[in-house]
Amino acid sequence: MTAAVAMCRLAKALLLLLVGCIAAAPSLFGGVVGGTDTGAAGQDIYGQCIGCHSPDRNRTGPLHCGLFGRVSGTVQGFEYSPAMREARVTWDAESLDWFLRSPLDAIPGTTMGFAGIRDDARRTQLIEWLETLVEDSPLCEGVR
Amino acid sequence: MHNEDLKNAPAELLVETARRSRRKFIAEAGALTFSGVAVAMLGGQSTAIAAGIGDAAAAQDVRILRTAVAAEHEAVAAYQLGAESGLLEPAVLKVAVKFQGHHKEHVEALAAAIRKLGGDAPDALKQYDFPVEKLKNQADVLNFAAGLERGAVSAYAGAIPAFDNRELSSAAASILADEAMHWAVLRHALGLDPVPGAFFS
Ligand code: HEC
Repeated sequence: MTAAVAMCRLAKALLLLLVGCIAAAPSLFGGVVGGTDTGAAGQDIYGQCIGCHSPDRNRTGPLHCGLFGRVSGTVQGFEYSPAMREARVTWDAESLDWFLRSPLDAIPGTTMGFAGIRDDARRTQLIEWLETLVEDSPLCEGVR
Repeated sequence: MHNEDLKNAPAELLVETARRSRRKFIAEAGALTFSGVAVAMLGGQSTAIAAGIGDAAAAQDVRILRTAVAAEHEAVAAYQLGAESGLLEPAVLKVAVKFQGHHKEHVEALAAAIRKLGGDAPDALKQYDFPVEKLKNQADVLNFAAGLERGAVSAYAGAIPAFDNRELSSAAASILADEAMHWAVLRHALGLDPVPGAFFS
């Protein structure tokens, strides 16, 4: 939490979008510690996902650590919709771009009740940040 | 924000909030009206049900609602954890329980909408994977709750345009408004700017 608050103050000092501060707030849930400069924007946008997702644990939606290269619908212990399981998409920059633009159109029958991110640049930033959620990310500690 | 501020700010603000909520009559009347309104807003749904849940659009609305119920159940459980943590002073506890009550009402309103559409609402999970080990003091608990409320606001913002039935969008917007108020109060209590911007997604 101190990291989140410190990041907030830093963001304010730099007159970055205040939304940046907000995204840092869920540090206790997502374990979101400060991001790298390049990742900061993507992490802010991830604020739109934290109502349902955390990087390191299953919640209303599945965890995101190790997302890149994973086949859709395969996180252990998460109960997916049949649509997501049957989609068998391998998550990478391209498939995420397609899915996150409009999840409900991309995979009809998905339970991810989220309209999507239409802005191409924001989607790209978010996806770049999601790609950092690998095993040795501090946000993914304890996730096998 | 210094630790000192964090220690004192929540207490002051939340005591004040609790004092206000002591006007129970008004608070409860307000709450009842709200859920009445929320369910009534969903009332027009019955015609959609008549059209049949076979209708793909209605089925999708049900899926979105079910996911929203799952998230609301999580919020109820999170406040329960906070309430039982022993880390909250009495006045703060009172506010936490009040906010939890709102989330319970959201579950009920959303579940009623699902039933009207011919579906069934998911139950709460038996167990939630909360970062319990990180909750060491009152500010931690408030920060945890604030993160959840912030996420919920975004989740509703993302669901509102996705509903086929606009009455559902409208009901979701009224829930979003309530959760945004929780979030602002919690942020203020944490010594953060309660309303950090003009726009939010
Ligand atoms: C309203 C809750 C909610 C929100 C908000 C949400 N998701 Fe999801 N997400 C889910 C659920 C539920 C699933 C499982 C879907 C299924 O089984 O059909 C899911 C699945 C996914 C998947 C597939 C994962 C896998 O293991 O196959 C990805 C990727 C994903 N979400 C990314 C995101 C991102 C990125 C955001 C933010 C822009 C986001 N989600 C916002 C609820 C949500």
